[in-house]
Amino acid sequence: MHEVSLVESVLDLIQDSARVNGFVRVKKVVLQIGQLANVEPDAMSFCFDSVTRGSIAEGACLELLDSPGVAWCMTCQCSVGIASRTSGCPACGGHTLQVTGGSEMRVKSLEVEY
Amino acid sequence: MCMTCGCGDENFRVHGLPHPHTEDHHHGDPAGGSFSRIVEIEQDLLSKNDGFASANRKRFAAKACFVLNLMSSPGSGKTTLLVETVRRLQGHLPVSVIEGDQQTSQDAERIRATGVPALQINTGKGCHLDAHMIAHALEKMPAPENGLLLIENVGNLVCPAEFDLGESSKVVVLSTTEGEDKPIKYPDMFAAASLMVLNKCDLLPYLDFNVEAAIAYARQVNPALQIISLSARTGEGMQAWLDWINNGVAEARAGSNRGAYTYLGRGAKTEYCKA
Repeated sequence: MHEVSLVESVLDLIQDSARVNGFVRVKKVVLQIGQLANVEPDAMSFCFDSVTRGSIAEGACLELLDSPGVAWCMTCQCSVGIASRTSGCPACGGHTLQVTGGSEMRVKSLEVEY
Repeated sequence: MCMTCGCGDENFRVHGLPHPHTEDHHHGDPAGGSFSRIVEIEQDLLSKNDGFASANRKRFAAKACFVLNLMSSPGSGKTTLLVETVRRLQGHLPVSVIEGDQQTSQDAERIRATGVPALQINTGKGCHLDAHMIAHALEKMPAPENGLLLIENVGNLVCPAEFDLGESSKVVVLSTTEGEDKPIKYPDMFAAASLMVLNKCDLLPYLDFNVEAAIAYARQVNPALQIISLSARTGEGMQAWLDWINNGVAEARAGSNRGAYTYLGRGAKTEYCKA
C-alpha cells in the first residue's frame, strides 16, 4: 500500500503550495497518473479521504487524468504505444522496449478557495 | 484582494477608472465569503523523496561509496546473501549494512555477528524504505569511505521499486522457491533493477523452477537487466556476485576522482552521467 505514502506526498505538496499562495481550502486535486505508473488509481482514491481528513484538503474531490504508455522499440527504431510493462511491441512482437512515457505521477493543479 | 482584477479594498483599485464591483465580477465577499481559483502545481508526486535521494547520492559520491539497494519478496534469502557477502568482503574493503524491516532488529543482529556495522530501520506499518529514512540512518552510521554500503529493503516486490534511495544500483533478488513468472507478475520491480540475483540455485534439482523461463520473463520486462545465478547457502556462483560488487566499488572510487555523478531521473533504467 505505497499509495498511502504517495497520497501523503500529495498532501505535502498541497501544504507547501498553501504556504506560498495563501489559500485556506482545497476543493479539487488534479493528478496525472500514467498507465505504466506503479500505482493503483482505485487504491489512491480510497486512501485520499482518510489521509486528507483534518487537513485543508478534507472533502476535496480527486480527479485522476491518465496518460498512455509509450516505449521506444529498439528493433523497429520507432515509438510505439504499450498497455503494460509486459506488453510486446505491437509491430514486431519483441520486448526490446525502453519506456519513454506513461510512468509519470504528477500533481497537475488544485482548485482552491481563499 | 480580487483575484479577477487585482483590486484590494475600497481604497485600492487597479482599474483606470472607478467601477462598481458587482457580484458577477467574482470579487470575494467582504462579509466573510470566499472565492475559488486554480493553482498550477506541476510537480512529481515523489519530488520530495527524489530531493532527499539526490542529497544522499551526493554524500555517497563525496565518500566514493558504492551503494546497493537490495529488494525482493520476503523469504528470498536476502539476509543470508548479505551475511555471506560481508563475510567474504570484510578485511578487503570497508562494508556496512542498513537493514529495513517493519519490526524487529534480528536482521541487523545477524549482520553484526559477522563483525560488520549494521543499522536497523523499523518502518512500523511502512511497506518500503524511503530516501528520508536513509538520510537519518546516515547521521547515525556514516557511509564507509571508499567502501560498500548494502541497504536491505523491506521484503516486498511492489512498493520499494518506486522509491529512489540515492543508491548506485538497485538489485532484485529472486529465489528458485518462488515462481519463475514473478518478473511478469511484478514487472515494475524488475524494470527498476539493474541486476537480478537468482538465489537458492542449490535447490534446483528438487524443484520445477525453469531458469530459462525466469530469465526470459525478466528480460521481457527489462532487456538491459544483468543476471547472476548463485546459492548463498553453498557458495556456488558467489564469486560472480563478488566480482560484480568489486567492479562497482572500483567505479565509485574512480568516479569520485573524476567528479560526482548526476542522477538523470527515474525510468526503466537508471541513467547516470558525469556532472
